[in-house]
Amino acid sequence: MNRIRNMFEQCRNRKEAALIGFVSAGDPDMETSRKIIFSMLDHGMDLLEIGIPFSDPTADGPVIQLASQRALKAGVSLGTALKMVKEIREHYPTPIVLFSYLNPILAHGPEKFCKDAAAAGADGVLVVDMPLEESGELLPFLEASGLVSIPLVAPTTPEDRMEIICRNAKGFIYLVSMTGVTGSGGLHTDGAGAMARKVRAVSPVPVALGFGISEASQVAALVPHADGIVIGSAFVRVIGETADREKIPAILGKMTKEFKKACTHSR
Amino acid sequence: MTAYPDFSALPDAKGHFGIFGGRYVGETLMPALLELEKNFESIRKDKDFQRELLILLQDYAGRPTALYAADRLSDMAGGARIFLKREDLTHTGAHKINNTLGQVLLAHRMGKRRVIAETGAGQHGVATATAAARFGMACTVFMGKEDIRRQAPNVARMKLLGADIISVEEGTATLKDAMNAALRHWTACVEDTFYVIGSVAGPHPYPLMVREFQKVIGEEAKEQFLTRTGGMPDLLVAAVGGGSNAMGLFFPFLDTKVEMLGVEAAGEGLEGRHAATLLKGSVGVLHGSKSYVLQSEDGQILEAHSVSAGLDYPGVGPEHSLFKDCGRVQYTAITDIQALSAFKLLTLSEGILPALESSHALAAAILEAKKRPKTQSILVNLSGRGDKDMANATNHPEFAVINAELLLKA
Repeated sequence: MNRIRNMFEQCRNRKEAALIGFVSAGDPDMETSRKIIFSMLDHGMDLLEIGIPFSDPTADGPVIQLASQRALKAGVSLGTALKMVKEIREHYPTPIVLFSYLNPILAHGPEKFCKDAAAAGADGVLVVDMPLEESGELLPFLEASGLVSIPLVAPTTPEDRMEIICRNAKGFIYLVSMTGVTGSGGLHTDGAGAMARKVRAVSPVPVALGFGISEASQVAALVPHADGIVIGSAFVRVIGETADREKIPAILGKMTKEFKKACTHSR
Repeated sequence: MTAYPDFSALPDAKGHFGIFGGRYVGETLMPALLELEKNFESIRKDKDFQRELLILLQDYAGRPTALYAADRLSDMAGGARIFLKREDLTHTGAHKINNTLGQVLLAHRMGKRRVIAETGAGQHGVATATAAARFGMACTVFMGKEDIRRQAPNVARMKLLGADIISVEEGTATLKDAMNAALRHWTACVEDTFYVIGSVAGPHPYPLMVREFQKVIGEEAKEQFLTRTGGMPDLLVAAVGGGSNAMGLFFPFLDTKVEMLGVEAAGEGLEGRHAATLLKGSVGVLHGSKSYVLQSEDGQILEAHSVSAGLDYPGVGPEHSLFKDCGRVQYTAITDIQALSAFKLLTLSEGILPALESSHALAAAILEAKKRPKTQSILVNLSGRGDKDMANATNHPEFAVINAELLLKA
């Protein structure tokens, strides 16, 4: 929790937006995945979102769905994802948020999951199919373990509902930048920026924009309006499309550096 | 006597049936579900809406459907008397039309111009495309590639009705993946599109809404049975995939003493590949609600299998999970071979070709009838007709050698 707050504070002091990167744990295999993550962290990633693979990821587009399938095929489970968090934590102080659907967490046991995630060194959890109304069975355990639940706000969220979500928010708000699933095309940066300004006006915690952001120019356009920028499918697509797995860590490191540069430039 | 929950008071305000149900979706869809809930609650009390729906059900869908005493079949089984609620006689040939007329009428009232649906056997897709054509609305149906292959006549029919068919090739390419694809698509166009879910599954208010549109089956059957026999049946039997036809039949009888049997697909056998979610699954979250699901120890959803595309689903409606846990409804499972046997038997004995989904209910009813005296009666929901299954059934490697004896001598 403190790691998340401190990171956003440092970014604000440096007048830059935080760069938040998503990869699926164990994609395309455990060894390459570890190298990819270390490379991203070495090249300036401010916060890491680690996806726990799920067989039926209905809020994700085809890119992240395929990543989930590759990871599941490589034998990755929630347990292996936690092991990876532990390994990262031994080398890096970077805040880590676990990104999951609820079912693998329920199968692990909500209380046990929270304890294990905190022990591994995670800072927060984002459960994509757990809206505020259904958070009761996980939230007490998250809080008891010192983890934050990262809430989503969407373009479809009405203002009164947005205010309720913000009022309860800890860590940061994940503001969905477009109506659709992850990795969709056709992002309107003007609209997303305006939305971010609105949410920031009422949110007591930083606001990060994500969904459909894949280019440095989009990042630069959004940076003045948000505290953080989330890039997921753009990284994951490269993992899926690069035949020579040994090359992936360097490519994603380079991409991280470019996105981070865009996060600092226009503020 | 066991004290059951007050089923008429469920789901609660947040869509829960005990520990089951709820709304487990991404934030993007939450506002649409809340809006849908509000609109559904208002049409439940709206006399104009209810009148319009009633006229549609009568004049367009052909309700009430017949209650038929299948006496030749009963004689062969040699036990309790079997009655069939003939949902196969509705327009489009399955109970699915009861729900799609309700939902599409609601969508029309909400000013939506477009509907989407997922389909397994194609019956819900056909029923949605039909209702959309009737109201002049655009329609897109998501269907697994494997089901498109198994249910070719329904695919052709949906296309004629003007629907776009999206072939879903991810995962197992069946109903589960069609529903994933429909949910993803809905997330992207939730503002102008109405998602017509075909079973008592999905996030609240769908399980409630589909139940309310399907309970006409049980309400009619109850009245018809009373008029015919002066009493109640002893046992109700219906197939359960997601569980809408069973819910439609069972719900109006919940406050009586009538026994109920839900029939899942045992596929190749309960130790092999099957779709027996309630019998073999565990509690989890899939497609927006908490219910029993077929899953691995890690919480990954498993592939389901059934010869019947409509039962080939690793989840089940949350209200059935409650019925199972509190014991109000018993659940059993019927194998592919047993269902095919019932498919042949009803066709030969009564001249009625049942859907493979309904054949599961029939097979279980025949097995039950044999155990019961002639003084008892069993009411089966014959949820759909089998024309769509002809090729799929006859292509089954053992179809030629399957015979009625299999069930009758079991």
